[in-house]
Amino acid sequence: MNRLGRQTIVFKNKPRVVGSYTVVGPKEGRGNFAKFFDKILEDDLFGEKSYEAAESKMLKFAITEAIKNANIDKTQIDALFAGDLMNQIISSSFAARKLEIPYFGLFGACSTMAESLIMGSCYVDGGFARYAACATGSHFSSAEKQFRYPLELGTQRPPTSQWTVTGTGCTILGNDDSAGIFVECATIGKVVDWDVTDANNMGAAMAPAAMSTLKAHFEDTGRTADDYDLILTGDLGKLGSEILMDLMEYNGYKLGSNYNDCGQMIFNNTQKTFMGGSGCGCGASILNSYVYSRMNKGMLKNVLFIATGALMSTLSSQQGNSIPAIAHAVSIKFGGK
Amino acid sequence: MNEKERNQRYNAYVSAKMTKTKPWPSLFHAFWVGGLICCLGELIKDLCLYISPELSTQTASTWSLIALIVLAALLTGLGIFDRIGAYAGAGTIIPITGFSNSIASPAVEFKREGLVFGLMAKMFIIAGPVIVTGVVASIIVGLVYLFI
Repeated sequence: MNRLGRQTIVFKNKPRVVGSYTVVGPKEGRGNFAKFFDKILEDDLFGEKSYEAAESKMLKFAITEAIKNANIDKTQIDALFAGDLMNQIISSSFAARKLEIPYFGLFGACSTMAESLIMGSCYVDGGFARYAACATGSHFSSAEKQFRYPLELGTQRPPTSQWTVTGTGCTILGNDDSAGIFVECATIGKVVDWDVTDANNMGAAMAPAAMSTLKAHFEDTGRTADDYDLILTGDLGKLGSEILMDLMEYNGYKLGSNYNDCGQMIFNNTQKTFMGGSGCGCGASILNSYVYSRMNKGMLKNVLFIATGALMSTLSSQQGNSIPAIAHAVSIKFGGK
Repeated sequence: MNEKERNQRYNAYVSAKMTKTKPWPSLFHAFWVGGLICCLGELIKDLCLYISPELSTQTASTWSLIALIVLAALLTGLGIFDRIGAYAGAGTIIPITGFSNSIASPAVEFKREGLVFGLMAKMFIIAGPVIVTGVVASIIVGLVYLFI
C-alpha cells in the first residue's frame, strides 16, 4: 500500500511538474509577486461581458498556456482536474467546454489547488494518465457578488475580512524525468468545524483544519516543520496564520520562519486588503509562479503546500450554521530521479 | 475537554485575538461626512427657496431629497460612492444617500442577468428589509393613531 498512517499517501513514481501558468488581475499585478506571475490582466473583465465569464476565460487561458509551457499537445493530457468557488463550479466546467480533455470537476473551496494536485498525482502515479492538468481560480468581483454585497454598495469591510484574489493557476503533471519538481506525498484533510460562524473571519474558521492536517502529516510521516524549507498555507491570512502558529505550538510543533501564508504574502500593506488575500486563486497563483520558480532555481527544495478551504454557502451562513473547513497538504520536492 | 468546551475556548481566544474596528476614527469619519451631506441637503433646500420664493418649505425639502438621491445614484453608477462609503460608513448610509446607493448598486450589479430577473428583481435585495420595516411600522403607528 502506498500509504503512511491514517491520512497520508505516497507517490512512488514521483509525478513531476512539467509545466505551469498563472493569470492574475490588475490589483494582484500591483502586489508583492508581480514579477513572478505569467500574465497580469489590465482589465479584470478580460474582454468578457461578465465577471463569471472572465473567471472562466482566465481559467481556460491558464490551462491552455500551461500545456504550451509543458511543451506538449492537449491530446496528451488524459485528465483535467479543476474547480472554483462559483455555484455548480461553472467557471471550471465552462472552461472545460472547448478543451476536449477528460474532465473531473472538483469542489474544495479554496483548498482546490491542493485537491486537484493530489488527484492529478494519483492519476499520473497510478499510470492512468500520461499527463494531468490541475487547475483552479477565483475572481474578486464574481465572489463578492455570490458571497457578499454588490460591488458598488458603500459598506465598510470588517477588519478581519480578506480580499478574494483574482487569479488562476494550472499545473501540468507528468512522468517526464527531465523536470526537477515532483509531488512526493500528500496528506488528505478531514472536515473540521470548531464552531466559527463569522463568514468575515475565514482565517479563524480554517486555521483548525490546517492544524489538523499539518499535525496528521507530521504524525504520519514522522517529520517536523524543520524538514521543510517552506511550509505554505493557502489563504489563512494574517490572523489565520497567527492562529495556526499558536495551535501548532499548543500541539507541540513549532512553526518558525519557514512558515508563511499565500494570503498574507500576495498583497502589500498599501492595498487595503485587511487580513490579506483569499480564494482558490490565492494559493494557485503563488504556487504556480513564485514557488515553482524558486524551486527550479534551487532556492527551495522541500515545500509543504497546504491549501485551506471554507466549505460553507451563503444559505448555510444565513441559516446560522457554523463554517466547516478542510485543508489538504502536498509535499513538493526538487530533485533527480 | 469535550468538543463544546474546546469550541467555546477557541471562539473566545479568536475574539480576544482579532483586530476590532476602532470606534473613535469611525465615528469621526461618519460624523463629518454625514454632517457634510446634511449641510448639502440644507444648501439645496435654501437654493430652491432662493430661486423660487413662492415654494413651501416642504416642497423645497422634497426637491433637496430628490437631488441627493439622484446624486448618490449617479456616484454609485460612476463607481465613486463605494469609496466614500468605505471611508464614511454610517455617515453615508444613514442619510437618504445610503438608501439610494442600496438600490442603485444591486441594479448595476445584476443588470447582466437581464432587465426583469436581474435588474428589476434584485434591485431591492438590500433596501427590501428597510421598505418592509417602514411599511409595517407605519401600519402599527396608523393603528395606534386610529384608537387614541
